[in-house]
Amino acid sequence: MSILIDRNTRVMTQGITGKTGQFHTQTSRAYANGRACFVAGVNPKKAGESFEGIPIYGSVSEAKKITAATVSVIYVPPPFAAAAIEEAVDAGLDLVICITEGIPVRDMILTKHRMRGKKTLLVGPNCPGVITPEEVKIGIMPGHIHKKGPVGVVSRSGTLTYEAVGQLSELGLGQSTCVGIGGDPVNGLKHIDVLRMFNDDPATEAVVMVGEIGGSDEETAARWAKEHMKKPVVGFIAGVTAPPGKRMGHAGAIISGGKGTAQEKLAVMEACGIKVTRNPAEMGRTLKSILG
Amino acid sequence: MKIHEYQGKEIFRKFGIPTPKGVGCFSVEEAVAAAKKLGGNAWVVKAQIHAGGRGKGGGVKVAKSPDQVRQLASSILGMQLKTHQTGPQGQKVRRLLVEEGADIRKELYAGMVVDRASQKVVLMASSEGGMDIEEVAAKTPEKIHKVLIDPVQGLTDADADGISRRIGVPEGPVAQGRALFKALYKCFWETDASLAEINPLIITNQNQVVALDAKLNFDDNALFRHPEIVAMRDLDEEDPLEIEASKHDLSYISLDGEIGCMVNGAGLAMATMDTIKLFGGAPANFLDVGGGATTEKVTAAFKIMLSNPRVKAILVNIFGGIMKCDTIAAGVVAAAREVKLAVPLVVRMKGTNEDLGKKILEDSGLPIISADNMADAAKQVVAAIQRKS
Repeated sequence: MSILIDRNTRVMTQGITGKTGQFHTQTSRAYANGRACFVAGVNPKKAGESFEGIPIYGSVSEAKKITAATVSVIYVPPPFAAAAIEEAVDAGLDLVICITEGIPVRDMILTKHRMRGKKTLLVGPNCPGVITPEEVKIGIMPGHIHKKGPVGVVSRSGTLTYEAVGQLSELGLGQSTCVGIGGDPVNGLKHIDVLRMFNDDPATEAVVMVGEIGGSDEETAARWAKEHMKKPVVGFIAGVTAPPGKRMGHAGAIISGGKGTAQEKLAVMEACGIKVTRNPAEMGRTLKSILG
Repeated sequence: MKIHEYQGKEIFRKFGIPTPKGVGCFSVEEAVAAAKKLGGNAWVVKAQIHAGGRGKGGGVKVAKSPDQVRQLASSILGMQLKTHQTGPQGQKVRRLLVEEGADIRKELYAGMVVDRASQKVVLMASSEGGMDIEEVAAKTPEKIHKVLIDPVQGLTDADADGISRRIGVPEGPVAQGRALFKALYKCFWETDASLAEINPLIITNQNQVVALDAKLNFDDNALFRHPEIVAMRDLDEEDPLEIEASKHDLSYISLDGEIGCMVNGAGLAMATMDTIKLFGGAPANFLDVGGGATTEKVTAAFKIMLSNPRVKAILVNIFGGIMKCDTIAAGVVAAAREVKLAVPLVVRMKGTNEDLGKKILEDSGLPIISADNMADAAKQVVAAIQRKS
């Protein structure tokens, strides 16, 4: 078991004809069961063509009807990416993973509003994607650092997630699923949503939760975990040294009005029973110490 | 992106938000001419810098004659204005706003931001205008009222009136308050703002509701659809190193410490800074080289880090995924040679082609210190500085 995706997931790529979409579709396809998983591409102008044997359709709903794909990954450029998410939602897909970085916040506010009451889940935008090791990789993460196993990973960052995964794999701790929820202020699944899924997933025995400055999603997740989480959670928050009022690379990584500091998040997480480390080189060992 | 108050007020006027009459000025002569053109018998001379707290810092003064406008303009223009947001070195004043004097009966506060929890725009207002709103929020949170705005419906009349009454707008001008709040929302939404703040929002003795201040920040991701706002960018207000970095598509922020760091990925870059601090050092900057770092990009990053005179050592931390360690190593070696690197360099590389990368560093003959993990890298770089001093 795993969460969100597995070897039987069927995926379409929106933005398959761009350089980024092509490159990452190739590497995702080359990973584990990828050849069977990646079944379609979408581009209204190139319908009927194909990319390395993957047929391209004119719309998400057509691709879904013909290939039975239920998940989409988006590499569409920022001005058009929110519309691409909405197309996938309107087509009734189960899950949309939006990799695109740089989508205007206003577009995401409207898209999230229109997603209300719809069944589609959104991961991202501005995220590395989701991987269930040794089964399927949907996104831009390096597949080879992952290993199958019992640890769930959820993070707002890209390379910092790889850092956590690399440490786990080196210690022989494999991962059930790794979810990059992205660094934007208005996004899809939050830490709390992914914790809930890991809580219900029999293959997950413990969770690494990586956060960063800005907002209060980590605190919300920690308070929920205190009441409901049946599995140990280890946490790290990046940005103890970040100055207030500056956007630290990610659009959502900003301390505003004295809110969203790493210290505040770490304190709440600790108070809620999450074992936190202030040394990012110790994420893996901290988790190992808990599993005993 | 940030703009000046006088530019914010120009935008406000386009959306029908009442503001005092005023003119943005670059010189003392322009300021005097502006006062004469505006007429009346009292003017406010306001320093235009991007930081808040200008009044307390001595950057906002009232003049009772054109001569006094001249006097104040000459003393404020060119001054290093220090506020709680500028840092101890202050910010040089290069522009002024000369405005007609206002007749204040009551000072209020209004602001708009994107509320992350509800994923909607929130209107915040308070009866405590003219004060540091963060302090109000900390000491008397009950005095800040909030309304979440439905993105399709917009701000409703009922919500606008409700918040006006809660912050003490008298019954007479409630309709004007409604118009102002609705216009502010329209302005926020249509310009892709990330922050809109009016502090103070005033009620005049004639019962007019007027924006005495205007602070607007914009979503960088949406600037592509607002060339008229991009034209308002004032590079004098920005860190020259941050401007230089943005030309190379690098995400860079200057900090106070002495260890330059170059990392791929924003989260890992922050975590690297934190690790340096944890082991007793202080980061000189945040620098994310992004996913596609070429030799040119790495060289530009080194030049930018080294143009900060405080930098005594450099730490490179790369988690090679899509970006291969050998590519980065070749870039680091080329950059170190080109800039004739004279400070200690610690490199930690992990991931794809790690061994190839390490070999390139070793074979270069450069005195590069190799580290196995982030903690080791931080310890090494802190030790390297201690050895030198």
